[in-house]
Amino acid sequence: MIQYILRRLLQIIPVFIGTTLLVYFMVFALPGDPIRALFGDRPPSEAVIAQLRQQYNLDQPFWVQYGLFLKNLFTFNLGVDFTGQPIAASLGRIFPVTVMLAVEALIIQTVFGVTFGLIAGLRKGKIFDATVLVASLVVIAIPTFVLGFVLQLLIGVQLGWAKPTVGANADWGNLILPATVLGLVSFAYVLRLTRASVIENMNADYVRTATAKGLSRPRVVVTHILRNSMIPVITYLGASLGGLMGGAIVTESIFNVPGVGQKLFQAVIRSEGPTVVAIVSVLVLVFVIANLLVDLLYAWLDPRIRYEN
Amino acid sequence: MTTADVRISEADLADKPLLEIRDLAISFKTGSGEVQAVRNAHLTIMPGETVAIVGESGSGKSTTALAAIGLLPANGRVSGGQILLDGEDISHAPEKRMIELRGNTIGMVPQDPMSNLNPVWKIGYQVKETLRANGRPSGPADVAKVLAQAGLPDAERRAKQYPHEFSGGMRQRALIAIGLSCQPRLLIADEPTSALDVTVQRQILDHLETMTAELGTAVLLITHDLGLAAERADKVVVMYRGQVVEAGPSLELLQNPQHPYTQRLVASAPSLASRRIQVAKELGVESDELLAPGTTPRGAVVVEPTMTEDVLQIQNLKKVFKLRSGFGKSTDFTAVDDVSFSVKRGTTTAIVGESGSGKSTVAQMVLNLLQPTSGKIVFDGVDTSTLNNKEIFAFRRRVQPIFQDPYGSLDPMYNIFRTIEEPLRTHKIGDKASREKKVRELLDQVALPQSTMQRYPNELSGGQRQRVAIARALALDPEVIICDEAVSALDVLVQAQVLNLLAELQSRLGLTYLFITHDLAVVRQIADHVCVMEKGKLVETGSTDEVFDAPQRDYTKALLNAIPGARLMLPPEVA
Amino acid sequence: MKTNRVIEHFVAPVEETPLLATDSLKTDQAPLSLWADAWRKLRRRPLFIISAVMIALIIIVALFPGLFTQVAPNDNCQLANSDGAPAAGHPLGFTFQGCDVYSRIIHGTQASLMVGVFSVIFVLIIGVTLGALAGFYGGWIDSVIARLGDIFFALPLILGALVVSQLPFMRENRGVWTVVMVLVVLGWPQMARITRGAVIEVRNADFVTAARSLGVSRIGSLIRHVLPNALAPIIVLATMELGVFIVAEATLSFIGIGLPGSIMSWGNDIAAAKSSVRTNPAILLYPAMALSVTVLSFIMLGDALRDALDPKSRQR
Repeated sequence: MIQYILRRLLQIIPVFIGTTLLVYFMVFALPGDPIRALFGDRPPSEAVIAQLRQQYNLDQPFWVQYGLFLKNLFTFNLGVDFTGQPIAASLGRIFPVTVMLAVEALIIQTVFGVTFGLIAGLRKGKIFDATVLVASLVVIAIPTFVLGFVLQLLIGVQLGWAKPTVGANADWGNLILPATVLGLVSFAYVLRLTRASVIENMNADYVRTATAKGLSRPRVVVTHILRNSMIPVITYLGASLGGLMGGAIVTESIFNVPGVGQKLFQAVIRSEGPTVVAIVSVLVLVFVIANLLVDLLYAWLDPRIRYEN
Repeated sequence: MTTADVRISEADLADKPLLEIRDLAISFKTGSGEVQAVRNAHLTIMPGETVAIVGESGSGKSTTALAAIGLLPANGRVSGGQILLDGEDISHAPEKRMIELRGNTIGMVPQDPMSNLNPVWKIGYQVKETLRANGRPSGPADVAKVLAQAGLPDAERRAKQYPHEFSGGMRQRALIAIGLSCQPRLLIADEPTSALDVTVQRQILDHLETMTAELGTAVLLITHDLGLAAERADKVVVMYRGQVVEAGPSLELLQNPQHPYTQRLVASAPSLASRRIQVAKELGVESDELLAPGTTPRGAVVVEPTMTEDVLQIQNLKKVFKLRSGFGKSTDFTAVDDVSFSVKRGTTTAIVGESGSGKSTVAQMVLNLLQPTSGKIVFDGVDTSTLNNKEIFAFRRRVQPIFQDPYGSLDPMYNIFRTIEEPLRTHKIGDKASREKKVRELLDQVALPQSTMQRYPNELSGGQRQRVAIARALALDPEVIICDEAVSALDVLVQAQVLNLLAELQSRLGLTYLFITHDLAVVRQIADHVCVMEKGKLVETGSTDEVFDAPQRDYTKALLNAIPGARLMLPPEVA
Repeated sequence: MKTNRVIEHFVAPVEETPLLATDSLKTDQAPLSLWADAWRKLRRRPLFIISAVMIALIIIVALFPGLFTQVAPNDNCQLANSDGAPAAGHPLGFTFQGCDVYSRIIHGTQASLMVGVFSVIFVLIIGVTLGALAGFYGGWIDSVIARLGDIFFALPLILGALVVSQLPFMRENRGVWTVVMVLVVLGWPQMARITRGAVIEVRNADFVTAARSLGVSRIGSLIRHVLPNALAPIIVLATMELGVFIVAEATLSFIGIGLPGSIMSWGNDIAAAKSSVRTNPAILLYPAMALSVTVLSFIMLGDALRDALDPKSRQR
């Protein structure tokens, strides 16, 4: 197991370097003055530009620039935004809100996705299964931002069951509507994946053997069918984090959640290139580390992986 | 085996059948309506008795056994008859009752040890949950005891391992441990060893026999191997197309089969009637030479191959694979170690060995698909490692393979015409019309109707696919054919047919076969020479008669002893 | 020696259990190729019929918008009609800018569909090529392509799009092709992974070895035997991704980094409608419905194809 962890850690380093290099290269290694280019036609004050030049060490050779960029990233020295405020400080304030939103969405999509998927799989071909399958396709087909507006209007405004917008003080309770919207698309994927996986495992030889041993149906379902079906679902959950980050941009702006997504959205609208790059780099770091954790969870769930070369 | 002197004791008359299946009918719902899989099946198992159901795939033998433990697939149902366990009809028993019975009254040992243990749970846990579900003590010591009884060494440590850390034989022992852990009165063993090497198979069956005898467990043994059934069971039930065609005491059934199907089965079973096809092959040779069948003694034909030259010479062949073992390290694995033998034109040489013996690696190298680490393969006087691309292309016309898996050896996207035509097209032989003519001829040669041309592989049975594979191999008029387990996946009767076909083609076309197989019984039927391989090394070689009649090495003796039913004496009119 | 009971010898009457010829060929059905078989299954699936009809309709709308509306989408936009209710000749009412909603939806089809179709075509070209090479040859080719894929995979679609769209080149040339470029750059690894997996599953099949040993070259066996047998999951993913890319384009346009406002698209219309969503939700819902129905059609088609092409469901 320790060997596996070490190997995964070693594998993740080139990926992280490659990805950040890609991001950095695209933005800073192109001809012309990258700082001016990043701001488009609405440049900030000269003072801010000077500070940015220093932040990104543009007078140094490319590899030195990139090395310093990485160092800054790991020390959370992310530079300043359009108004001259340090990005790291504002991220420190808004990051917990987004984490809360993402965790809540993750819980919603996993709990409901796995439950519905399991029931549908066990009742393959029955009415429940058919309904859930078509419904999940519909959910996948509706973009997050449309779902956001519709649920905000329906549940928030018309029915008044939840606050349509979140505002300054976000907590688990008032994030429930945006978290549901955020988790809905992944929920449909989790459901379909669980269902397919359950159907495959249901017909596995070891499930028949487990039944032949005299185990009760619930035990067979939980320890053999569900347990084995979780393996591909866990892998998907890791990948879905990327989708959640993208979705957070949309969801937070619709529901006025003071999080990273909203900050990013505003930066895009204001054409604040350096802020966008800095925040995206942090998120990529989070994504890569989260996927490492998912891989470890995966190895824990599937002992065969640990011994594979 | 009891023979004529059957004594009947009072107690035996008094005891009642443990399991009685009466007029059982089972049907499956499929896309095209309800299909009857089993009809009028009946069998009786007395306490402590071993009964074997023998049949080919699709005969309904497994379905019948699964019905007895209430494990029919979701689309299957008992549509008639009774399954009486101690007089209680369990054919439609509620699931709750079946859960009570499973494990401690009826146990099961499944077929494939690779897929029947859950890969994500430790072996110990999978034993433990069985004990617990049946209300037995399930501490670590109890688990270890159960595993140790099934012959698993070092059981305490083994219990903490996962299935993938076990070899096939050990997994099967773990499954036997699970099946017998709650001391059931009836054990259903569904092809319990067909996925294992013969020597392991023998050990495991011996152990199973000892354990069930000690516990007084009755066994319902499902197998495709008549020899194995006769050797292990008191009584054999033969099923054919969903019906019981014959049932009776094992030896009596073998010596005096009554139903035409059983007769055919006894005649074709490789483990029992091995010499028969050998004779058929000689008959083929003789009839070509216009001699009266049955008059020439066996030796007369064997003279012919010794006069011809060696078409293949394998000299000190060695293959080392590098196995990665993490962090850039690698260990060497010697798959084939210093193997030398030669193959005479027009004869059949068999390479026999168990899994991991390196026999298939030899085949790959002879086919020039894998480069030897050292040593030479000389084909028709030329070292094949010195061939350039153009010469390899030409070489491929002369040496062709036939593979094991009838479901994997034909491209599912190609119809049969394209499949057989592909070698001709690749080598740019003839025009479209002449190629079609050739394909028709080839289909005739392998005894398939010409209308097969438009069919796709998934519409053919396993045996038919193997025939197509043979036709494809013959398309380029090769000199040597490498048969890599070419008949191992086929049912007994189909296997006999294909072996006959191969023998006939050999005598007609003067083909040379290199026959890779794990099945010694098949070797006896087809080979002139045998090479026995163990762990990459050649341990014994000689003519088939020499090796079978007077094996020199212990390993060869063990292999021969392990052929199920080999020790059964058959009357001369059958064998 | 195991028992001393009398065992009865039973023989079934031969009339009741007739012996058939061993291994005879079934000839009662017409020959069926994999594709013919899949088509036969598809024809009977309502999911397939509905989605196929929808997609055909959407394609016609995209190619010939003039057949469906006489109203030009941008002319005659009068602020007097802002957020106006449906009127004669304007069945879905007016946008905030006073433009005809129905006409804009009809004319917006083209951009959405173009982005989807071209993204999938390029993703197929790059993803299938790289995935097939990686899976078939293995070794260092596989390692390099896999790491490359991992790098792009670590950049989630929308985040990656945000960065790419910051490039001056992308900002100055915003349009269908820049969106396609973003989606292809970030979308190919998924296709490469699926292709690689499917190719690995087939590459060691006996029929590939058989082809090699009858003289077919390595690359020849990849093209003639391996790829055709690995095609099913690729087709399914491509169909589904068409839908996913259309959603992605709309999302990017919504955030403001997709298609520019000058190009008519559903994403832009939805974004434009968000300011009046509380007062007049209809103008948001209509383009949203058009978008969702289109995406749903492709995803349903992919789902139906998946079932039909599943080798496990093949006969025998």
